[in-house]
Amino acid sequence: MMTPVLKVQDLEKNFGGVVAARDINVEVNEGETIGIIGANGAGKTTFVNMVTGYLPPSSGQVEFLGKNLIGFKPRDVTKLGLCRSFQVPQVFLSETVFDNMLVAYGIAEQVGWNLFRPIHTDEREHRVDQQLSRYQISDYRDTPASALPQGVRKLLDIAMATVRNPKLVMLDEPTSGISVEEKFDLMDIIMEALRQESTTVMFIEHDMEIVERFVDRVWAFYQGEIICDAPTAKAMVDEKVREFVIGQEYHPAHLQGDANA
Amino acid sequence: MTRLFDKTFWGLTIGLVALFALNFLLEEWMRTIGLQTLSRGLVAIGLLILWRAGLVSFGHALFFGFGAYTVAMLQIVGVRDVFLLMICGIFTAGMLAFLLGFLLRQYRAIFFALLNMAFSMILYGVLAKVESLGSTDGIGIEQVTFLGMQPGDDSYRFVLFIFAVVFSYVSALAAHWYLKSTLGMMTMAVRENEIRVEYLGYSAEKAIHSKYIISGVLAGAGGVIMAVTVGHVDPDSMVYWPVSGDFVFITILAGTGNVSATFIGALVYELLRTYAFEFAPEIWQLILGGALLLIIMFLPDGLWSIRSEWRHKKAIRAANRARASVEK
Repeated sequence: MMTPVLKVQDLEKNFGGVVAARDINVEVNEGETIGIIGANGAGKTTFVNMVTGYLPPSSGQVEFLGKNLIGFKPRDVTKLGLCRSFQVPQVFLSETVFDNMLVAYGIAEQVGWNLFRPIHTDEREHRVDQQLSRYQISDYRDTPASALPQGVRKLLDIAMATVRNPKLVMLDEPTSGISVEEKFDLMDIIMEALRQESTTVMFIEHDMEIVERFVDRVWAFYQGEIICDAPTAKAMVDEKVREFVIGQEYHPAHLQGDANA
Repeated sequence: MTRLFDKTFWGLTIGLVALFALNFLLEEWMRTIGLQTLSRGLVAIGLLILWRAGLVSFGHALFFGFGAYTVAMLQIVGVRDVFLLMICGIFTAGMLAFLLGFLLRQYRAIFFALLNMAFSMILYGVLAKVESLGSTDGIGIEQVTFLGMQPGDDSYRFVLFIFAVVFSYVSALAAHWYLKSTLGMMTMAVRENEIRVEYLGYSAEKAIHSKYIISGVLAGAGGVIMAVTVGHVDPDSMVYWPVSGDFVFITILAGTGNVSATFIGALVYELLRTYAFEFAPEIWQLILGGALLLIIMFLPDGLWSIRSEWRHKKAIRAANRARASVEK
């Protein structure tokens, strides 16, 4: 039997009279890759924000590794091993890629008085270089984050988010703003890096080809609710998902394979 | 360890030795300027730390005055040793910063700047009204002792100057090393992106709070040195809002590039003010304002940027030379 890393029960979020998320009941098992799909405003990011402590839910429970996360701040959630990246990369723009990573490691490795120790140490710099190499952004080591191409900035954001070797990482639209040609390469780099650390992954994505290629299971959001929680191939042919999320004209890759055969 | 003993360490150490040597040559009035420079320079280091976190305070005279008045109050009850006065001044200013920090850490930008000013004006109001605190006349301060020793009148300022130089050296070095630590690097991180700091696992508010306490401690220490230098504390010269303005002036003048720069900025400010008052007593404020205007227009990153610019140009020249030699 699989161990649930994350268990969400009856999660709901209201903004005044607007229901942004309701009746969300899901589980994530260790080692899974979950794809969160849905139109803009369907409640995907609200869900991620609630789970990671950015938004307090109106009601419901979020359990991560058996701990109830309700009332936890983002930093507490992060320390427990649940990290996230953002649709708009959250990096230190005026600093170099190296310094961004150095600060990320410095904070991640803080223990009491360690905070007062010099941030530059040979061991930490080595770890920074390893992480840059894992995410294939070593060439940009001395480039200010403000001057990075969007794809590299996304990789930096994720590389920073994962310095603690999290158990679960939630990526908010990792390929948004990236050209079609670059999307798959970018996702290959991300997924390969995360697999090396055996991280369970959830990511929000609009590109169904990316979802089909990288995801084990799909959660389809529609008007704040999850209308489908199923293995990818099954979700892609689900009537509700086709009607409300991906559209009838989309032809899933596995069916195209059948047709070609 | 070698990373701790960098150029700034050696620069500050050379400065320390130079000031020790200079102390034998200085006249009394020069030592007074030197002591006031060190006092204001210490406050400016605290402002530099806040500034790097993207925060400006228009009210650090609050802590400066708290340190200075701690000296006055303790002298009333018979405490005269400068070491003890310094420890108490630092402690009271630090405690005040610790308590106010719980509120201030929730504010940013103009709200942070003006809330500090509001608190300094509250303290000003209290000091100006309460008779037992000297009211607007203030309180006179006697000569201090140094670990129980009382130097003679002719050598008093000589010894006081050594004390202030050593204390400033240790404080500047500690601040420099702090800025190179993980917590110190968070000054930049908080300024740039608080959300990322939170999602890396640290409280941005806590980081700001710690910087606020450090800046309060340094301002308190500056107040102690100023009180024993001037020999008198009163609300107008210690806590009134233009005093906070002087500290901001010095920080802009110096720039936030390096802790050493704050002492250079403070010295330039002292000389500018002294000579402007001496030679143009009717328009000395105009001269100070004009100087500030010129700095903002031509050196927006302060005096330290002259050095940075020079190094940048030197690096470009070296790169051009290297390229030329390769092309040959």
